[in-house]
Amino acid sequence: MAGILDGKKIVIMGVANKKSIAWGCAQALMDQGAEIILTYQNERMKRSLDKMLADVDVKMFECDVAEDANVEKTFNEIHNAVGNIDGLIHAIAFADKDTLEGGVKNVKKDGFNLAQDISAYSFISVSRYASAIMNRGGSITTLTYIGAVRAIPNYNMMGVAKAALEAEVRYLAAELGKESDIRVNAISAGAIKTLAVTGIKHHGDLLKMSEGFTVNGKSVTPMDVGKSAAFLMSDLASGVTGDIIYVDNGVHLIV
Amino acid sequence: MTKDEVFNRVADMISDQFEVDRSKITGDLNFKSDLDADSIDFVEFVLNLESEFGATIDDEDAEKLNTVNEAVDYIVSHS
Ligand SMILES: NC(=O)c1ccc[n+]([C@@H]2O[C@H](COP(=O)([O-])OP(=O)(O)OC[C@H]3O[C@@H](n4cnc5c(N)ncnc54)[C@H](O)[C@@H]3O)[C@@H](O)[C@H]2O)c1
Repeated sequence: MAGILDGKKIVIMGVANKKSIAWGCAQALMDQGAEIILTYQNERMKRSLDKMLADVDVKMFECDVAEDANVEKTFNEIHNAVGNIDGLIHAIAFADKDTLEGGVKNVKKDGFNLAQDISAYSFISVSRYASAIMNRGGSITTLTYIGAVRAIPNYNMMGVAKAALEAEVRYLAAELGKESDIRVNAISAGAIKTLAVTGIKHHGDLLKMSEGFTVNGKSVTPMDVGKSAAFLMSDLASGVTGDIIYVDNGVHLIV
Repeated sequence: MTKDEVFNRVADMISDQFEVDRSKITGDLNFKSDLDADSIDFVEFVLNLESEFGATIDDEDAEKLNTVNEAVDYIVSHS
């Protein structure tokens, strides 16, 4: 079957396990014929990937986005291994538990900087080095949450970081579109139970509340998000850039 | 679900996730001391438990689960 991503090489950053949104993206992209390249944070995450991908031949590279040098090195390695790429999915965020739990008023400089660094700045550095090895007409997508534009209970500092991330999407879309005809977008995903979400206080309540606000009573799955990511990576989405697309079963209609 | 049924499913999950021999999994097996598991493994295990049994396990409750039996009892009394 012909897929909408046949012949495209796409880097996916942020698979931790089978529940990761990035894993839903990986599956949806492979279903559409893409060759995927994964990056993982560290050896610990690699262990999980090795297990998940025991039967599939997928290239994997280590990349802790906390240092620019790592990001530069990783994209050099990717370029050496596969040549130019056609797309990138950034599904990475982090804030320490104390920073997240204490409310925005109590956020300290260190906690603020760490959350912004990993969750927002990393999208800039990754886009810089990825766009340098990306074909014209390529596509970059990151993952955001409605807590960027609304005060969602307990989302706190992560909402502040996501607001920065969404602004980056618009500026990078303008710059990279002009320079290299690369599209930059974000998917604002509905709440999904993943490893990252367990860092949020009362995440069980957040997930329940969110499911209650969906139009069909069901939370979205990583695969739902992955399918929209496949669309954004494909030429079917030509003309779509600088946008935030909600894949949340309608939660944003009410919240 | 009976306790035995829950135990069997939990034991299958553990054997799969931690790659331990299914026959070595007893009710007394301790996640933190008997398995080569870190905090990420444990959180993943709890996430897997929740999706396997359609349960919600609060963080405070999850922290108190140390052995297979404790996990099984939790599932039995909350479903
Ligand atoms: N789960 C949700 O409800 C939800 C909703 C909207 C948006 N998102 C966003 O989706 C993205 C993926 O998260 P997820 O929910 O799939 O959780 P996840 O825990 O599966 O993925 C988070 C990933 O970030 C990676 N990461 C953290 N720090 C890193 C670093 N320094 N270097 C490299 N990688 C690092 C982790 O290794 C992990 O793979 C995040 O940006 C998250 O904010 C999640």
